Amino acid sequence: MKAIHIIPLFVIIPLATAFLISLVGRFIKRSSEVIIFISSLALLGFSVYARFLLNSVPGKILVYKIGGWMPPFGICMVMDGLSSFMLVTVNLIAFFVAVYSLSYMNQYTDKPKFFTLFSLMVCGMNGVIITGDLFNLYIFLEIASIASYALVAFGTEAEELEASFKYAIMGSVASAFIFIGIAFLYSFTSTLNMADMARILAYKQNAWVIPFVGVLFLMGFGLKAALVPFHAWLPDAHPSAPASISAMLSGILIKTLGIYSLIRIFFNIIGSTQGYLTVLMFLGAVSMIVGVVLALSQWDLKRLLAYSSISQVGYVVLGIGLGTPLGVLGGLFHLFNHSVFKSLLFLNSGSVDYATGTRDLKETGGLGKLMPVTAKTNLIASMAIAGIPPFNGFFSKAIIIIACLQKGFTGYAICAVIGSILTLVTFMKVQKFVFLGEIKDKLKNIKEAPFAMLFSVVCLAIICVLGGLMLLPSLRFFLDDAASVVLKGTSYAGVVLEAASRQ
Amino acid sequence: MTLYLMCLMLFCVGLYGVLRKRNIVKMIVGLGIMEYAMNLFFVLIGYRFHGRAPIDAKDQDIFNMVDPLPQALVLTSIVIGLGVTALVISIAIRIYEKYGTFDITKIKKLKG
Repeated sequence: MKAIHIIPLFVIIPLATAFLISLVGRFIKRSSEVIIFISSLALLGFSVYARFLLNSVPGKILVYKIGGWMPPFGICMVMDGLSSFMLVTVNLIAFFVAVYSLSYMNQYTDKPKFFTLFSLMVCGMNGVIITGDLFNLYIFLEIASIASYALVAFGTEAEELEASFKYAIMGSVASAFIFIGIAFLYSFTSTLNMADMARILAYKQNAWVIPFVGVLFLMGFGLKAALVPFHAWLPDAHPSAPASISAMLSGILIKTLGIYSLIRIFFNIIGSTQGYLTVLMFLGAVSMIVGVVLALSQWDLKRLLAYSSISQVGYVVLGIGLGTPLGVLGGLFHLFNHSVFKSLLFLNSGSVDYATGTRDLKETGGLGKLMPVTAKTNLIASMAIAGIPPFNGFFSKAIIIIACLQKGFTGYAICAVIGSILTLVTFMKVQKFVFLGEIKDKLKNIKEAPFAMLFSVVCLAIICVLGGLMLLPSLRFFLDDAASVVLKGTSYAGVVLEAASRQ
Repeated sequence: MTLYLMCLMLFCVGLYGVLRKRNIVKMIVGLGIMEYAMNLFFVLIGYRFHGRAPIDAKDQDIFNMVDPLPQALVLTSIVIGLGVTALVISIAIRIYEKYGTFDITKIKKLKG
């Protein structure tokens, strides 16, 4: 087996899983759980293996040509540093969420349907990351989006349906803008291959189409990423879903569909100009402050976490918008860290909900004694998200703030510090009202969450503690390769086309 | 050019329906109109006046062919639109069962 044959597996495995589960899940009891466990473990294994495989390839890029057609004509799949960084992030979170769901989804009916939709969502996200064709990106984006609309409504209660409807409408409008952007780019360049498009755009400078398409993509992907003027759907959609899906949505879906696509298109295809970077930095800074201020006043645990997601995505966008090597590195590192600790926080909110049946901060309290593991892991995640030194969140936020200062944006650096302090206040509120204090009478006999749920949260907490080690020189390649793809900009085209003709 | 502008108008009609209508069924219809407008736009991009089907034959000189790629892409896009519409309509039916109304201003259990 040649090295490139690993690439299509990231789409094939989850698609086959979804098919298999919907086929046999209803007839053989517990078969869906076994299948989803094996497939998500395999995906995690393959993504880590692919990351190390990439180190041994010259140029650190793998191109798989579907059907053997050369890139400008056929669809190709590209795995470079950034793709494989995102693949590891997505499949890591997806594995832990799948393990968590094995127990958590017992309170819902019809597990096989849940795991089918879950696999389709993972398939869509992996496809968005791995593809090298712009229309193909749109297809996978829609697969992931439609699966997530259905998953938000999975409980079919009144609130969930309402949230899902809002989310579906906003998501479809976003997709329409993205589609029109793609149509304009196609009519301008007569190609859909991302590398070929970047090559053609490079010598067609100063066209009025490019800023116009840029705005369309910014609206479309900004809606998917829930940057602040476009964030209205997120605080409804993310809390209404089952906790494991909230973790997927907040942890990786908004980053894959929103931020990754934004980076790929703005940096690698269109080419980043100072104008785009300024807009990104501004949106990032506004999201950072607005998100956390709104989070502070929430009393619903999951709604608070959802608002805090908006704020943390702001950090990622700010870091990437800086455009300096350090800023991009910090932004990507924060992307990884945020997906770990935000999914951990959402999974813990699911455990609290599972044990007590409520997620209103005023009705819980004193759970720390009865649910020690959940309380401890939640404390770790809270400190990580607030940026307390030994945890991973500190390093990424510190890098972003230093990068801001280096480039002379003192105002943005101050915004980042204020956002961080307010995040600390928000999560101290969570700790105080959920895990500390006196226990309420009616919650006296709750139990700690089952083993599968605890396994996931403990593993994620360990990653939170050890995440800072990724900055060690021997492990830096994971982040450095991803950042270098972003910084290389439109020379991505030459690299991909050259690799395609060679492999 | 007129055709493109009419496409844009159709898109704006759809967008108006999605953003301004209070009845959720009308919002879904607006979504459909928006999808038709963008599909139409994409097909128009590939269209050539007095063009013919892009089938190559040995003994013919063909000068004016319609671009077949947008047509293939739009087929895919129509299927996606079908999936979204089906899902949204089924959600709308369930909303009606729960709330007893299609009025978006009366469907507001979520807040904050």
